[in-house]
Amino acid sequence: MGDTILRVQGLSKRFDSEEVLRGVSFEVKKGDAKVFIGPSGTGKSTLLRCLNRLVEPDSGQVWLGDDEITHASDIDGVRRRMGMVFQNFYLFDHLTALGNVEIGLVKVLKMPRHDARGFAMSELARVGMDRFADKYPAELSGGQAQRVSIARSLAMNPEIMLFDEPTSALDPELTGEVLEVMKRLASGGMTMLVVSHEMEFVYSVASEVLFMEGGVIVERGTPGQIREDDASDTGAPKQFQRTRAFLRRLDG
Amino acid sequence: MDDALRYVIEDLSAPLLHGAAASLQLIVCSVPFGLMLGFAVAVGWVYGNRAVSALCKAYVLLVKGTPLLILLFVIYFCLPSLGLTLSPFAASVTGFIMCNGAYNSEYIRGAILSVRSGQLIAARSLGMGRFQAIVSIVLPQAARRALPGCSNEVIYLIKYSSLAYILSFIELTGAGKMAATRSFRFTLVFSVVGLVYLTMVTLASLFFMWLEKKLAIPGFETTRD
Repeated sequence: MGDTILRVQGLSKRFDSEEVLRGVSFEVKKGDAKVFIGPSGTGKSTLLRCLNRLVEPDSGQVWLGDDEITHASDIDGVRRRMGMVFQNFYLFDHLTALGNVEIGLVKVLKMPRHDARGFAMSELARVGMDRFADKYPAELSGGQAQRVSIARSLAMNPEIMLFDEPTSALDPELTGEVLEVMKRLASGGMTMLVVSHEMEFVYSVASEVLFMEGGVIVERGTPGQIREDDASDTGAPKQFQRTRAFLRRLDG
Repeated sequence: MDDALRYVIEDLSAPLLHGAAASLQLIVCSVPFGLMLGFAVAVGWVYGNRAVSALCKAYVLLVKGTPLLILLFVIYFCLPSLGLTLSPFAASVTGFIMCNGAYNSEYIRGAILSVRSGQLIAARSLGMGRFQAIVSIVLPQAARRALPGCSNEVIYLIKYSSLAYILSFIELTGAGKMAATRSFRFTLVFSVVGLVYLTMVTLASLFFMWLEKKLAIPGFETTRD
């Protein structure tokens, strides 16, 4: 498998009559930051949730490292290896920022509470939230809450991070602090799969952009290729015309 | 008036104190198990498979639909025919736990359903098993939301513990009835008994108000998607 962290082959998912994913395949290598873009309702979030089986795929296979995980019985063990950050943060409402980061270490990794506390503090410091360790989720801004949720996932030392539209529930002035943390993670070599429409972030971080529509990846390329394609004027059919059309709609 | 006061202090206080202690015994033995049963039934109803969920629903329906007195009669008078004989105390506590558990389960079930679905999803995404996620994430939140309802159930229990008297367990009401029958001072005796119940209920209410405050989390009650 070499340095391939994640391999997805023919992943499909149907909700009632609607086919949300139709045979999605791709590979993620160590240190990759792949970003999925595309219209809403096109299966991006479902794809991420199928990877760690928060949603069970109907068919297809996923390998995490050398392990085929679509049929793994120890799904909790698999999820420990894949951090996930949600659009609505989903911080545990009854726990402080520190408690949110600590609980996975204590309950899942069985770390002694004292060690877990120190480790959780260092993870909070990594996202610049150590000053807010004693605050409850309702006392945090959206950006702060999302940074805590990133720390909560990072604390589990995952092999790959899945970000499901991490800034789309945030006011524009709060997205920057979250994207900054993600940029730092990417430049630090963290392997990540991101669903995001923050194109400045996408262009600066993505190793590959995958444009999804109708439950399939219709176009894929590096940010450079997409920009070049847009700028080129050879008269040949554009390789990324659907991606570009979508981005133009985004720009509004 | 002096005579009444003397009677209360010299003749009534001792039996009523014994009765109140017996009532407290009933309450203290019933409340924790009623709470545990309430949690178990609520979790079984919401998260159990079809059979467990149906069993929990049937239990709640049965207990809610039966007067507590009938339930106590069944436990005390009918179970011996099945080979299970319980003392008046044990039969009363069993009935109270069953009743308390059923009503608590409804408060707790409502509280569980009020916990945002994302809480469980986030816990599972960290690698927690389903049971662990329910115990570590959902129930601590649900318990806070169910507390006002469950504390109300404790207050009901303080009052309906008087039904144990009918199974010949002498608690506060029973002690009062015996004293009144001896002295024929029904109004005075039952007024004092009522005051003792009022005191117990007030103390319990104050305790639960303190507990609610103690367990309060900033913004938790208003946290919604």
